[in-house]
Amino acid sequence: MRSNARPSDRPPLGLALAALAALLFLHIPFGIILLYTFTTEDAAFTFPPPGLTLQWFGAAWNRLIGTTGSYAACWERGLFPGLYQLFFNLRCQTELWKALGLSLRVASIATAVALVLGTMASAAVYRSQFFGRETVSFLLVLPIALPGIVTGIALRSAMGLMDLPFSFWTIVVGHATFCIVVVYNNVLARFRRTGRSLIEASMDLGANGFQTFRYVVLPTLATALLAGGMLAFALSFDEVIVTTFTAGQQSTLPIWILSQLTRPRDRPVTNVVAVFVVAIMAIPILLAHRLTQESGGTQATGE
Amino acid sequence: MSTAASQPSGGPAPRSLIQRLSTLLYTRSRLLLALLLGPPLIWLGLIYLGSLFALLIQSFFYLDGFTGLVVRRFTLATYAQLFTWSNFDIFARTTSMAAAVTVASAILAFPLAYYMARHASPRLKAFLYLAVIMPLWSSYLIRVYSWRLILAKEGILNWVFAELHLSWALDWLLQVPGLEGPSLSYSPVGMFLVFVYVWLPYMILPIQAALERVPRSLLEASGDLGARPGATFRHVTLPLAFPGLVAGSIFTFSLTLGDYIIPSVIGNSSYFIGAVVLSHQGTSGNIPLAAAITVVPIVIMAIYLIIARKLGAFDAL
Repeated sequence: MRSNARPSDRPPLGLALAALAALLFLHIPFGIILLYTFTTEDAAFTFPPPGLTLQWFGAAWNRLIGTTGSYAACWERGLFPGLYQLFFNLRCQTELWKALGLSLRVASIATAVALVLGTMASAAVYRSQFFGRETVSFLLVLPIALPGIVTGIALRSAMGLMDLPFSFWTIVVGHATFCIVVVYNNVLARFRRTGRSLIEASMDLGANGFQTFRYVVLPTLATALLAGGMLAFALSFDEVIVTTFTAGQQSTLPIWILSQLTRPRDRPVTNVVAVFVVAIMAIPILLAHRLTQESGGTQATGE
Repeated sequence: MSTAASQPSGGPAPRSLIQRLSTLLYTRSRLLLALLLGPPLIWLGLIYLGSLFALLIQSFFYLDGFTGLVVRRFTLATYAQLFTWSNFDIFARTTSMAAAVTVASAILAFPLAYYMARHASPRLKAFLYLAVIMPLWSSYLIRVYSWRLILAKEGILNWVFAELHLSWALDWLLQVPGLEGPSLSYSPVGMFLVFVYVWLPYMILPIQAALERVPRSLLEASGDLGARPGATFRHVTLPLAFPGLVAGSIFTFSLTLGDYIIPSVIGNSSYFIGAVVLSHQGTSGNIPLAAAITVVPIVIMAIYLIIARKLGAFDAL
C-alpha cells in the first residue's frame, strides 16, 4: 500500500467498512419507520412485524381531515381544504390541519424576513471591508451556534420583561432570527463565486445601481436565493426547541408531533405522518442541493 | 446578460430621481453600506442580543414563592439556588454526555470523512455528500422518534442481539451503574446513541472539508521522506484535520448541551439542563431561575469556544 493515496486508489478494507457503517447508521432509521407504517400492531414496536397492512394510511388521512365534526362536513360540501383554508384558519380544521397551517404560515413569513435580511447582510459583507466585519458574521451564526434553549429562553425572558403575550409573531421573530444565517451563507457563497466583473461591466455600460441590481445581480443570485429560502423554510418548518418557548399554547407541526411522541394515541398514525413529513421535506432539500451544486455551495447550517 | 446590456437607456441626458439616488449611493459607499447593514444588524442586535441581555437581567430577578410572580428587583438569590447538589448533578450529567457524544461522533465521522476526501470518485463524493446532508436537514423530531422504534424492548435491536445470542451482553450493559435502565430506550446508553445519530453529520462535514484542504503534495513529501502510511497519517494528516474536528465538536457539544427533546423522548427521566430550564419557565413560571440555569451552558460554551479558537477551529469553519 502506498502512502499517497489518489482518489482512484483502493481504500483499505477497514476504512471502507467503517465509512459504510457510518453511512448505514445515518440512514437505516428512516427505513425502520417506513417498515413500521405497514405493521398490523398498534400498541408495540414488535420486530419483525407480525403482519402487514395499509390501514394506517387511511387512519392518518382521517386524522387529517377529521371523521366527524365540521371539517368532514366541509369536505363533503366540496370545500377542498386548499391553501385558503390552510392559511386563514377556518373553523373546519382538525388539530393536525391547524398545526400544519400554523407551521406553513410561520415558515413563509420567517423565510421572507430571512431572505431580505440575509441578502442585505451578505451584500454588505461581500462588497466592503469594514470595521467589525468578522463580528457581523459571528453575530449571524450565534443563534444557531448557541444551544437552542439559550435562544429560546432568551426570547422568553425578553417577552417577560416587556410583558409581551405569546402570539403568531413571537414565533415568527424567533424563527427568522436563526434562519437569516442560512440565506446569508448561500448568498455570500454565490457572490464570492460570481465575482465583481459582471457588476463592473454593467456599470461601465451605463446602468445605474438599481438597474444593475435588477438585471445583473438579482439574476445571478436567483438560484442561491431560492436555495437559501428553501433551506430556511425547512429549518423553520422543523424547529421545535425555540418554538416551545415562544409559542405558548399554539401548536406548530413539530409541537404536534412531539405531543404525539410523548402521549401516543395510535402509534402507527404517527409513523405515517413521520414518513410523509420526511418525504415532503426531502423535496426542498434536494432542490436546494441541486441549485447550489454548481457553486459547490456551503449549505451546512454551521458553516 | 443580453437584457442587461440592452436595458440601460437614456445616458446622461435627463437625470431622474432614481439615477441621482443611484449616483449618490455609488459615490457615498459608506451610506450604501449603512443601508445594507442596518436592518440585519438592528434585527440581530436588538432582538437577539437584546434578548440575551434580557436573559441576563431576568437571572438577577427572583420569583416570589408566595404570589408566584416575578419580582423585578436585583438579587443574587436566584444564582444561589443553582448551588445545590442535585443541580450540580444535572450540569455534570449533561456536560459529560456532551463530551461522550462529541468523542464518539468524531470516531464515527472520521473514516467516512476520510473516505469522502481521499478515496471517493467525484460522482461518489457528490452522492456521499448528499447522503450526509439529507439527514442533517431532515426532520430532527422524526429522526429522534425513529429510535423509539429501534430501541424498544420488543424492537429490532433487541431482536438482532437475541438472534446473535448476545442478549446477555445487552443485559449486562444495562446493569452497569450509571448506565442502568429497564431497556435500551429508557437508559443513558440509548440516549447516547440517539445523540450521536442526530448530530453526526455536523461532525462529518467540517472534518471532510479540512481533509480536502490538506495538499496532496505534503502527503507525497512525507512518503518520499520515508514515512510509512501510518506515520504520515499521524504526523501530517491528523494534525491538519484537527481544526476541522474541533469545529465539528463545537456543534455536537453545544447541541447536546442544550437539547431537551432527546432526554424526554428517549431515556430514563433523569434531568438534563434543557429539560430543567423548560420546566422552570413553563409550569412554575420561574423565568429568573430558568435564565440563571441557562447562564451555565453559556459559560461552558464560551470557555469551549475560546479553547476551540486557540486550536484553530474558527479557520476551519
